[in-house]
Amino acid sequence: MGKLFAVILVVIALASAIPIVTHTWYGSGINLAPPPDISTHGYAIDKQLSETMVEAGLSFLAAQLLLAFFVWKFAGRRDDQPIKTFPGGAKVVVIAALVLVGTEILALGVFGQKAWANVYFMPSAPDAMQIQAQAGQFAFYFRYPGVDGKFGVLHPDKIDEGNSNFFGLDPANDMESRDDIVSGELAVPVNREVLLLMHAKDVGHSFYVRELRIQQDFVPGLDLSVHFTATKVGKYEIVCTQLCGLGHYNMKAYLNVLSQEDFDSWMKQKVSEQ
Amino acid sequence: MSRNHLLAALLVTVAGPAWLFGAGTVSGKVTYTGTPAKQKTIDMSKEPSCAKQHATPITTETVVTGPSNVLENVVVYISAGAADESSAPAQAVTFTQKGCQYIPHVLAMRTGQELKVVNDDQTSHNIHPLAKVNHEWNKSQPPGTPPLSEKFEKEEFIPVKCNVHPWMRGYFAVLKTSHYAITADNGDFSLPNLPPGKYTITAWQEDYGTQTQDVTISGSETKTVDFTFKAKPY
Repeated sequence: MGKLFAVILVVIALASAIPIVTHTWYGSGINLAPPPDISTHGYAIDKQLSETMVEAGLSFLAAQLLLAFFVWKFAGRRDDQPIKTFPGGAKVVVIAALVLVGTEILALGVFGQKAWANVYFMPSAPDAMQIQAQAGQFAFYFRYPGVDGKFGVLHPDKIDEGNSNFFGLDPANDMESRDDIVSGELAVPVNREVLLLMHAKDVGHSFYVRELRIQQDFVPGLDLSVHFTATKVGKYEIVCTQLCGLGHYNMKAYLNVLSQEDFDSWMKQKVSEQ
Repeated sequence: MSRNHLLAALLVTVAGPAWLFGAGTVSGKVTYTGTPAKQKTIDMSKEPSCAKQHATPITTETVVTGPSNVLENVVVYISAGAADESSAPAQAVTFTQKGCQYIPHVLAMRTGQELKVVNDDQTSHNIHPLAKVNHEWNKSQPPGTPPLSEKFEKEEFIPVKCNVHPWMRGYFAVLKTSHYAITADNGDFSLPNLPPGKYTITAWQEDYGTQTQDVTISGSETKTVDFTFKAKPY
């Protein structure tokens, strides 16, 4: 009976590994594959994810096979036989397991930090295009500095959504805010670095674009930023991935990656609407 | 009492003063001076099912103007001088959410009158009247749900917002009097069936606030009362 259990363990472990190793689930039927990467940094994230997958997969298989080995070896012990223990006792096993798992986690962190730090620790290029993103219940709004290249100051007391003043600008007194462009979609030119200055209006939100391989929280009171370069023209969904209230399910916007000419005419259109 | 007598008695009770002494009318035009703020284009890209309903993007409706400086969506009503009126009309008023916009933008109703809120969109709305005097509420209305039924018991101008679509804005004008009008695209209003007396007429515009004028009606005359608001450039 014990030996049968060992065999079942091996079969289950191998059976669950086969579809992952052969990638049968990748891009067919239920599509669990990540969407194509459209950023300059995304390949590092993807590489890190597949490395993590491989390492975790191998550890999983090793652990299951080891378990099956012990089950097989010590199955069918008769009651009159003494219980055998691992040489050196449990202490050695526990320490060995801790060191093994610890090294693995540490290695993932050390090798993974490069992918992460390229986005979060490296500053953007000085000529990156600055766009302010504001998250509020339950919509994103994006602000471009306009022709003067300067953002007007925010006055939270001036926020008037019924009048489409989502940021709390004061055009009556603040010249710099008069040409600011506010949009419900995030339009960016292709192959141009964008520095997104993130601002939460009310509660915590998140900015997630799968194709960009970026997920960053908005935190009220903190000036956070992310920078990215989109490399493929297209329209991509921006979703809020931080439960923010009743309308969370409907909190989304679109990232519109445009060619430089299309972006210029988009901008012209927006300027005429202001 | 015969049926005809009953009808006559009813007429005297309901339309009594006007019927006996003649009814006056106050009419006029609401205009502005100066330059109103440019209305902003509303970006609905987040809600494609609504955006596609508008061939050209709609704008905010904080100040809606017409030719020769007239102002639309101004509520003009008798704020003092009219006799107390009893029950609200049985017929409900309707406030529709269509294309992620409130139609009408300003809805007037009597205190205690039934308000029906309709969702004509393929998306959920969350209607939230920001009442201060009345009880404040907000209700979610997924697509396909039957109209909501509500009423307000006290006189108040209530901004209405949608908790899901921040750009949506409308107003409820809850009034005690039945003598009210909302200016149309020609800026005109008319308050008929006024028995003789001294009245205070109030005009309310959501951004510019209120103005009042006194008027005295004697007999079945028509008095002209015009209102002029000073526009704000921002």
